[in-house]
Amino acid sequence: MAQQTSVLSKRVGKIDPDSLTAYVDSGGFLALRKALTLDPDEIIHEISTAHLIGRGGAAFPAGFKWAAVRRETTSPKYVVCNADESEPGTFKDRYLMEGDPFHIVEALAIAAYAVGANCGFIYVRGEYPLAYQRLAHAVAESRRAGYLGLNLWNTAFCFDIQIYRGAGAYVCGEETALFESIEGRRGQPRLKPPFPTTNGLFGKPTLINNVETLANVPDIVLNGGQWYRTLGPSHNPGPKLYAVSGHVRRPGVYEATMDLTLRELIYDLAGGIPGGRTLQAVLVGGAAGAFLRPDQLDVALGFDTLRDVGTSLGSGAVMVLDDSVDLWKVLRRLTRFFQHESCGKCFPCQLGTQRQAEIVSRMAAGDIRPDDEETLADIGLTMRDASLCGLGQTASSALLSALTQFPLLQQGGGR
Amino acid sequence: MTKEIRCTIDGQTIAVPEGTTILEAARRLGREIPTLCHHEALTASGQCRICSVEVEGARTLVPACATTVRQNTVIHTRSERVDRSRKVILEMLASAADVSEAPDILAYAETYHADLARFAEGEKRTYSIIDDNPFYIRDYNKCILCGRCVQACGTDMQFTFALTTAGRGFHSRITTFFDEPLPESTCVFCGNCVGVCPTNALQPKQAWLLEQGADWAEIRAQTKRPRRKK
Repeated sequence: MAQQTSVLSKRVGKIDPDSLTAYVDSGGFLALRKALTLDPDEIIHEISTAHLIGRGGAAFPAGFKWAAVRRETTSPKYVVCNADESEPGTFKDRYLMEGDPFHIVEALAIAAYAVGANCGFIYVRGEYPLAYQRLAHAVAESRRAGYLGLNLWNTAFCFDIQIYRGAGAYVCGEETALFESIEGRRGQPRLKPPFPTTNGLFGKPTLINNVETLANVPDIVLNGGQWYRTLGPSHNPGPKLYAVSGHVRRPGVYEATMDLTLRELIYDLAGGIPGGRTLQAVLVGGAAGAFLRPDQLDVALGFDTLRDVGTSLGSGAVMVLDDSVDLWKVLRRLTRFFQHESCGKCFPCQLGTQRQAEIVSRMAAGDIRPDDEETLADIGLTMRDASLCGLGQTASSALLSALTQFPLLQQGGGR
Repeated sequence: MTKEIRCTIDGQTIAVPEGTTILEAARRLGREIPTLCHHEALTASGQCRICSVEVEGARTLVPACATTVRQNTVIHTRSERVDRSRKVILEMLASAADVSEAPDILAYAETYHADLARFAEGEKRTYSIIDDNPFYIRDYNKCILCGRCVQACGTDMQFTFALTTAGRGFHSRITTFFDEPLPESTCVFCGNCVGVCPTNALQPKQAWLLEQGADWAEIRAQTKRPRRKK
């Protein structure tokens, strides 16, 4: 059985998240202190050696981003923590922010030092009031105690953090839409390139990482990239948080290495399916992910292993559906979600999410027509290929996977 | 000196100055790429995606109007993915808006064999025509949300910022701030938005009234500019 780890979640639920003393007593700010004695390039080297992969959903190697922002000579530079966790079924960043907020502050400070930024932002999902309170408290406390501010530990490094709250748009988790939102404009994604590493927040070089990605940083700084590589499979190293919801006995956040299989997660950690029911389907990666069948449970929950079976780890959301679930209703809900959350900027997503939701609603009501499969594929592939950002590019993924994995087109509804 | 970038477009190799877009490079080779939201005088926004092309090695298609050519890339302006995307975007557009006065869309529909009635069952965006000033009318039933008018009103031409986008997703719409009538907005009636509108959603009022069958006296009465009192 795969190893359950306690790296990211080592303090969650064990110390008072509002106490700076408790944080410092449990080893807090040691990593920042150590980082400030290192050359920024050494830190980035360790992050690259660790092969830290972004945990927000896009699975981009963090080391590349850090090195790219470090290389930029424009000033100022910014570091941003993407805490707009809005993927349906995902609640692992919330777990970290509510349980260990000082850790995020420390991690962001290390990132800022490594890339040469003095100003950090945390963009917190609007519907996360407790996470916001805890982070705001942690930032204020850190500032008061001199862990943020001018000349930390009498070095030349100065750093402070501002917290922004989102206003409820899923698309603002997309990094460039997030920048637009902070800048006070409509939360719509920008064209890429240019990428945030050169033209990010306020048009300046910006490092933007997900909460969980950053949460890995202090331990990498303390123990080294090589140590990190020993956790789990070497191509997908490090601890990963999985957010399990749906029909399991113990839903919640579980931390493990990425050789953990879906079966182990559902049956060993989350306690299996309650009520004598059987498993029908698992949605991995949230609304932007894809469905797996009960005979695919032995897949390891890593970035590449899931890609091989046609889904993606995404944000680490695992939604378990038992045989009482009407999959058509799930699909109707998912497609309505994208219809509601499309920002409307690019045509494929603006129009495609609308038409897709309309057609799926009709099909869920039992009216399935012979050309529906082709029509949904046309809309879905157009959105995937031609949409401007990740929202549209993945808005058909769960639907198309369900249609290929399950005999849904044969079962009419009238539900 | 500007660096030269070499790329291959539909099998033909071309060298262009650095910063040239795929659209411009393709045009030099005589390869026409369809565009809707793109306008020579406006910043490329890459919103309509009708100009999407396939670049070998790229995960998704890229908008030709807003993507500069990169060294040694191989670009296909027509492929299965490209043609499907263009066709489906046109079909979906025609189901959302009245494109009968958008000649480009109608021409592209023929080229890409788009069935403009394919999504006829879907919701259409319907609005009442807004006739609130002597200069132009706004018929947002015809609006495809290309955003050109907002760009022209803003930092691309007039710096007036009277027009903006409201709403979200399919129900996005172009309006003034707080839906104020145009004469009460910052609009200076420069006409640039009307000039860049590709679908006749924005029309000069005189032309519109003529089409309605109004006679000259009526047109004159309705489009007379209010004179400042001496």
